[in-house]
Amino acid sequence: MELVCPAGSLPALKTAVDNGADAVYFGFRDSTNARQFAGLNFNDKRAAEGIDYAHSKGSRVFCAINTYPQPDGWEQWKTAVDRAAGLGVDAIILADMGLLDYAASRYPDIPRHLSVQGSATSYEALSFYKDNFDIRRAVLPRVLSLDQVRGVAKHSPVELEVFAFGSLCIMAEGRCYLSSYLTDESPNTRGACSPAKAVRWQETPQGLESRLNDVLIDRYGQGESAGYPTLCKGRFEVEGSVYHAIEEPVSLNTLDLLPELQELGISAVKIEGRQRSPAYIADVARTWRQALDNLKRTPGMFTVENDWRNTLSGLSEGGLTTLGAYHRKWK
Amino acid sequence: MMKLSLGPILWFWSKQTVFDFYAKAAEWPVDTIYLGEAVCSRRRELKPDDWFDLARDLKACGKEVVISTQTLIESEADLRRLRRICDQNEFLVEANDQSAVQVASRHHIPFITGPSMNIYNVATLKVLAKQGLKGWNLPVELGRETLEQLITGLKQEGLDLPAEVFAWGFLPLAWSSRCFTARHYNLPKDNCEFRCLQHPDGMELRSRESQELFRLNGISTLSGSRYDLMRELPKMDRLGVNTVRLSPEHQGMEEVVKRFDQVRRGGVPATDPLQLVEAPPCNGYWYGRPGMDLVVS
Repeated sequence: MELVCPAGSLPALKTAVDNGADAVYFGFRDSTNARQFAGLNFNDKRAAEGIDYAHSKGSRVFCAINTYPQPDGWEQWKTAVDRAAGLGVDAIILADMGLLDYAASRYPDIPRHLSVQGSATSYEALSFYKDNFDIRRAVLPRVLSLDQVRGVAKHSPVELEVFAFGSLCIMAEGRCYLSSYLTDESPNTRGACSPAKAVRWQETPQGLESRLNDVLIDRYGQGESAGYPTLCKGRFEVEGSVYHAIEEPVSLNTLDLLPELQELGISAVKIEGRQRSPAYIADVARTWRQALDNLKRTPGMFTVENDWRNTLSGLSEGGLTTLGAYHRKWK
Repeated sequence: MMKLSLGPILWFWSKQTVFDFYAKAAEWPVDTIYLGEAVCSRRRELKPDDWFDLARDLKACGKEVVISTQTLIESEADLRRLRRICDQNEFLVEANDQSAVQVASRHHIPFITGPSMNIYNVATLKVLAKQGLKGWNLPVELGRETLEQLITGLKQEGLDLPAEVFAWGFLPLAWSSRCFTARHYNLPKDNCEFRCLQHPDGMELRSRESQELFRLNGISTLSGSRYDLMRELPKMDRLGVNTVRLSPEHQGMEEVVKRFDQVRRGGVPATDPLQLVEAPPCNGYWYGRPGMDLVVS
């Protein structure tokens, strides 16, 4: 299984490569990718430098162009595909059907990966993307249980990549419009969920409040640690009780599932987090590299070492991790 | 004249409630009715054959009927139901994900895409047209400007693909493998006791300042405010919108349909208050603003 790591900057890209990433993925510095953060991502010059570095160390580079262009953005998104092709990336990660069609007809030789934002949750959906755009690989949404992943993998016409570690989206990706309902930006339109420009922190007599476009997402009492106000991870009131009505602030960690993922024939595990620091990427990449190497060396004997577990939970939201939907009980 | 459609019932209602609703809807001035379970695989008050029987009855009443597919397809059982829906040649299908497009086009069944299909540009419509697309819904987060560009683009391409706009009701905004209703009751999803039946218009999720944010409805999350584009109908007509979609609610639907019917005919709707489930109105998406906003023009 291949280790695919995020690169939000050139230092992060180099760090990921140095710590054992088989492939890294990046986006351009605009809303053509699903991690549009101020100060993050690549211009062409930095991208070229990163690609050279990765290739010189035997790693591959994927470019994510995985938001949905509207008619007035079509030229910009199409140009992003042209830029990626010109840079010599090893694959382009796409979600939009129109853009997939463009990439497949204009650059048939550059492999296309279906982004998680393409929201393919069954092998029939994968066949649609394979038949129409000849995708090589698809990233599966984080909504499937392990049994469901097994079902998809058994009949999949393409390589599969699954999320292994990082922030947990609990909605079917690519079809979640919660962020644009509260703010004017969504992952699909602008590559942003709960965008920082809409966030406001406020000390009040009731505690520290986090707001998104003025909507109260959470309020923290003394001693509670506050997290970024991703709207689905706030505390809300439903029928008189206040709780994390949608999801707790936890991270996805699938170390325990590695042997099963391998047995299912999964081609790659993906680390989320282009918005993370190089130091974070170094720890996560190193840990997963060790785990994958152990799995390869001693198949059938794989156990998760305490070291790895401690490192990863230290890097998780609220220090907590979950198997998410892979574990059926979570649902 | 623009058509009026009733979208699929997004809530979980008992079989009798569903039958009663459509018995009345058969008499309403709607042109198209979408039937079927689009949200949760566990909602099986009506079996596929029940839906098809209902579809035939409504067709006999002069309605155009479209069978809707489940939005989030996760299991082999989901795929079996999907194939069952596409294994017929009487009705159009509303494809709510790429699995449905794939299966429908394999069966040569013409389809309409629902609002959860990501159609953001003309190139995407061209791809789907080759698969048998006969009409499409604008994704709920897109507004008038984008719609206008899409319709213009289609004309330039010489493609005749009628556009439908979700214009009234709680907006379907997200789907998860997790059931939020079961979670509220501390029940596992696989043993949810079908609690959604107790919430025929979902469960309100409010901020701790009592702001209505969302409606939890099983595995789906809808807007907390009710989208209402009635005043935009004349503009939609000029843009070339073919169909205006109203999303079923269990209270006051007949009055809503009547008012939309009056407006599409150029009339002025009655102003007495409707007997609806209480919720604030919104129309932000139409104006390219946050969906929850209400723009008063």
